Amino acid sequence: MSVPLNQEQKIIHFLNRTSFGPTREEVQKVNRLGIRAYLDEQLSPERIPDSLVEEKLAQLKTMRLSTGELVELYPPPKVARQQTGQQPTMLQQQMQGPRFIILELQQARLLRAVYSQRQLYEVMADFWSNHFNIFAAKGADRWLTTAYDRDTIRPHALGRFKDVLRATAQSPAMLFYLDNWLSAGPNSIAGRLAPNNRRHGLNENYARELMELHTLGVDGGYTQKDVQEVARCFTGWTIRRPQGEAEFYFEPRIHDAGEKTVLGHRIPAGGGMDDGLQVLDLLARHPSTAHFIALKLARRFVSDDPPQSIINKVAESFRQSDGDIPTVLRTIFGSPEFNSPEAFQAKVKMPLEYVASALRATGAEVQMSHQLLRYLGRMGEPLFLAQPPTGYPDVGSSWTSSDMLLTRMNFAADLVANRIPGSRVRLEDVGDRDSLARLVAPDALSPTTRSALAETEGSQAIALIMAAPEFQRR
Amino acid sequence: MNLSRRSFLKSTGLGFLALGLPPAFLVRAAKAQQVGKGKAMVVIFQRGAMDGLNAVIPFKDRAYYALRPSIAVEEPASGDDRVIDLDGFYGLHPALAPLKSIYDKGHLAIIHAAGSPDNTRSHFDAQDYIEIGTPGIKSTPDGWLNRYLNAKKTSESPFRGVAVTAQLPRIFAGSAPALTLSSIDEFRLRNEAMAKTLQRLYTTTSDSLFRFGGQNLFAAMTELRQIEPRIPASAERYPNGRFGTSLAQIARLIKADLGLEIAFTEIQGWDTHVNQGGAQGQMANRLKELAEGLSVFYRDLGDRADDVVLITMSEFGRTARENGNRGTDHGHANVMFAMGGPVRGGKVYGRWPGLAPEVLYEGRDLSLTTDFRTVCSEVIGRHLGQKDLNKIFPGFRASPQTLGLIA
Repeated sequence: MSVPLNQEQKIIHFLNRTSFGPTREEVQKVNRLGIRAYLDEQLSPERIPDSLVEEKLAQLKTMRLSTGELVELYPPPKVARQQTGQQPTMLQQQMQGPRFIILELQQARLLRAVYSQRQLYEVMADFWSNHFNIFAAKGADRWLTTAYDRDTIRPHALGRFKDVLRATAQSPAMLFYLDNWLSAGPNSIAGRLAPNNRRHGLNENYARELMELHTLGVDGGYTQKDVQEVARCFTGWTIRRPQGEAEFYFEPRIHDAGEKTVLGHRIPAGGGMDDGLQVLDLLARHPSTAHFIALKLARRFVSDDPPQSIINKVAESFRQSDGDIPTVLRTIFGSPEFNSPEAFQAKVKMPLEYVASALRATGAEVQMSHQLLRYLGRMGEPLFLAQPPTGYPDVGSSWTSSDMLLTRMNFAADLVANRIPGSRVRLEDVGDRDSLARLVAPDALSPTTRSALAETEGSQAIALIMAAPEFQRR
Repeated sequence: MNLSRRSFLKSTGLGFLALGLPPAFLVRAAKAQQVGKGKAMVVIFQRGAMDGLNAVIPFKDRAYYALRPSIAVEEPASGDDRVIDLDGFYGLHPALAPLKSIYDKGHLAIIHAAGSPDNTRSHFDAQDYIEIGTPGIKSTPDGWLNRYLNAKKTSESPFRGVAVTAQLPRIFAGSAPALTLSSIDEFRLRNEAMAKTLQRLYTTTSDSLFRFGGQNLFAAMTELRQIEPRIPASAERYPNGRFGTSLAQIARLIKADLGLEIAFTEIQGWDTHVNQGGAQGQMANRLKELAEGLSVFYRDLGDRADDVVLITMSEFGRTARENGNRGTDHGHANVMFAMGGPVRGGKVYGRWPGLAPEVLYEGRDLSLTTDFRTVCSEVIGRHLGQKDLNKIFPGFRASPQTLGLIA
């Protein structure tokens, strides 16, 4: 299979990777502008008007609230009970408790994936929020994730790696999720004065995941000793008002002020908050980090097991640009590896990609829809709710179990039959099946799929395209 | 299916069903129904790394109390919130009380200081090593449960290996078909009119990933619908939550005699770096869910428990010493459970390495004295009858003295 991609396939391939699925409008636009100019535009999202999605998001009131306001308006069920003296019903819990905040976050991500004109920006926001995963249902993160998404991840989604790294390191949501907010130097002032305080010793959790998952990668060349030393550096990076208007601050009284050695690099005693900043700088510039981020990006944009040549190129681009994300993305999209026939349809869609691409291809009208979110959960990707710090896996074999395939087939049928409350497909908007099929895999549907389509009537044919193996890939 | 047959079907553009040929996977499904009562192994993965030292507590090792001033569970005595004495040295966490009667009956064994010998403290790598069954070797392509399915061709049932999870876990990855199924009742196509077409698409596609998943899916659905009226409902009420629901599905599948040999499910939430709790609290709640689930499962199986061995595992244990936040960090050896009629229970297996500073692994964690593969090998060998264990755990040589877990 080494016939080069034709022009139509190139465009579909490009849109499959830089957006949550091609639409007729976007295909026309790329045809008009050319891939290069289209990419330039996508890499400057602030210049793309996005009023449709903004209108939709305006209805989600929690998206604009501060953490303190969220805690006040959506207290934990126990507190709510004390305030009203009544046992809340299931519906009240759903609508008045912190679960409502998570529902709106999920809704917003889905709406953005479907409707935003800034598709590549949304793809990268999704990428970084999975890379720097937190679990929105863990304790205080039920109120902290809104700000994490809005103020920590999204502003840097097309920025510089070191900035998003630092933003996450100083975000109350990450400090809480990986427990660093409680980590204290055993020989710190507070540790000596109050050994029974619950903050009287080191917690390695953040230090380990920072190196394993956020920067160097598990084989990136650090030791257990480095984990402990990094943990010492980050003592004192904690949260002010963790149950209210939470914010990052440095608490010198729980900081381990001694000298540390991280990856062979000496960090002198008395550095205070600078210790942690030095570690972040060291990690952001480390060659293992460039390699690890390159691997993850190539896996997202090229294939599950990307060729070593593209990983090297992307890592080099990362190093030379000091982790400038748009530069790195240009390297990927301009590479022969990306544009090779081997990369075409090489990726299995993750559930959000699958659901959003089906809604986009059919031009579905989407409102607040719990049912769509539940479908994402059944497919294995409840948004913002990956419990382990690894986030969701980005390889096809993780998304093709029998249960997941069945759920996708059922989704396709329900979607086209308009059995999903909050989403509406109008057949007259979908257009004819041939042009829909060209959005999926132009000149590349299998003979079986083609003949099955030929035998299938009306709306069932639309459902069949959405359920077919070809549409599970991008 | 051979290539010429597939290209024939492709070229005609018609599937088996249209031609009236009995597709191979349906023939397999038909055979599978005759499997009858068989032996089964159930594997429970506790993701996040359970603190084994606070699950089965070495209360006579005085170092335990010194290492854990705020999270230790008090020695056995009358009253609640105390260790439940097993043998004068070890005892169960009070939240594991539902397991005590199974232990007393001789159907629950405990293996302490067990786990994976690799020293990684990465959740992901450690889980991966246990699931592929080759600690320290990342390149192993398949999971050890899948290797069992390949090595022992007991039947053609699509239900031989079932994961009650959304994702197919790494432990089942490989060339033998393995099913994931989260609910027997919902394991059906909502649009029956499309069933045949989709079946054709997925079972003949040249996209091997989907063909593989699809063939198994349609074979299993076909069979499940036929046998559904005869699948008994749960005889017991399971605890709320995903873990209880999963165990309920597994028990029903076992009782349905569909040819299930290996079932897998998982229970999360063990990564207790902060406020782990002692007799009560965060970890106690997880233990309670675990123990209630397992004891209800055992009762629900009734006399079928004689055909079932359930084992638990977790990627690594946690630091012997509690950390600065009344929690524990990533450690090394852990504790495993084995439950079922064939288990020689009522005993804690494995050599206790002690908790003195000089014997702690890397100066901080419980040392390992039993490789998890020893435990798994005995169940696979003695219970499931797979003799060539090198096919399941390549390169692993169990210590000469076996534990003798299985009667």
